[in-house]
Amino acid sequence: MSVSPSPSKILRNLLRNEAFYFFTSIGNYTGQHAGSLREFMQKIGEIDIKSLEFHLYRQDFEKWIAQTLGDARFAAEIKNLRSRKVAGNLLREQLSNVVSRRYQELRGKMSFKIIT
Amino acid sequence: MKIKGRSAALDDLDWRILELLQENAKQTYTKIGHLLGVAHSTVYDRIKRMEEYSIIKKYGTVIDLEKVGIKPITAFVTVYTDPKESEKIAEKLAEFNEVLEAFTSFSEELVIIAKVVAGDQGQLHSFIAQSIAPLPGVLRIRTSIVTRKYKEEAFRNGLNYDSQRKRGRRV
Repeated sequence: MSVSPSPSKILRNLLRNEAFYFFTSIGNYTGQHAGSLREFMQKIGEIDIKSLEFHLYRQDFEKWIAQTLGDARFAAEIKNLRSRKVAGNLLREQLSNVVSRRYQELRGKMSFKIIT
Repeated sequence: MKIKGRSAALDDLDWRILELLQENAKQTYTKIGHLLGVAHSTVYDRIKRMEEYSIIKKYGTVIDLEKVGIKPITAFVTVYTDPKESEKIAEKLAEFNEVLEAFTSFSEELVIIAKVVAGDQGQLHSFIAQSIAPLPGVLRIRTSIVTRKYKEEAFRNGLNYDSQRKRGRRV
């Protein structure tokens, strides 16, 4: 059984080589990257839709979330979204919802820990 | 071959020896001498001097990868950079085994063009995403995958260089 990392670890600022780099197709880098889950959430709202589709269906998002952020549950939610085969603006909307919800949840857990 | 300062002027015989070596670097001095109508000792002396002055940089082996079951893909990767970081990025790219050639170039923006090989598209993408995109100063990347190769040759003495050769010969 894998142990979930702490919210602070998932929300940490990442090193350059751990960041998520947004591409629109094989080898075509947009110049946009996310160095934390918070930045990732922001970029999803503004990045080219082609990039979201490219990474979702290559399973890049779920791999990065599971392997770099270490959040297996969150990765499973992304995988579930992928299985619905959404595209275009609907994909941006649904992805934003999933990521924002998880981000707020982790932020809430961090605040709770500080209070207690 | 005549040396003047840091450059060397090759004569016709030097160029013809180089052309034969580019076709087949394993042929003997005797065979080259026979083909060019000069003694093998002359060929030996000319080649040794060109090696000594690094005009001949190295002898290579061209591998037919398809015959050993490897079909790599080749891509030309254009890396748009922050001008302040361009040289460092080019030097870093030159260190990777996947990068066969790397050049800096200036058109509307300062770019680095690299010829890259990888086992397949997945490996190519991983290399670019994990090794090039994270380098400080990389602004964006455009990649063109080669679909068919029409020509691949090392530099050969051509007509465009005749004038330079003639100038060199007068030195």
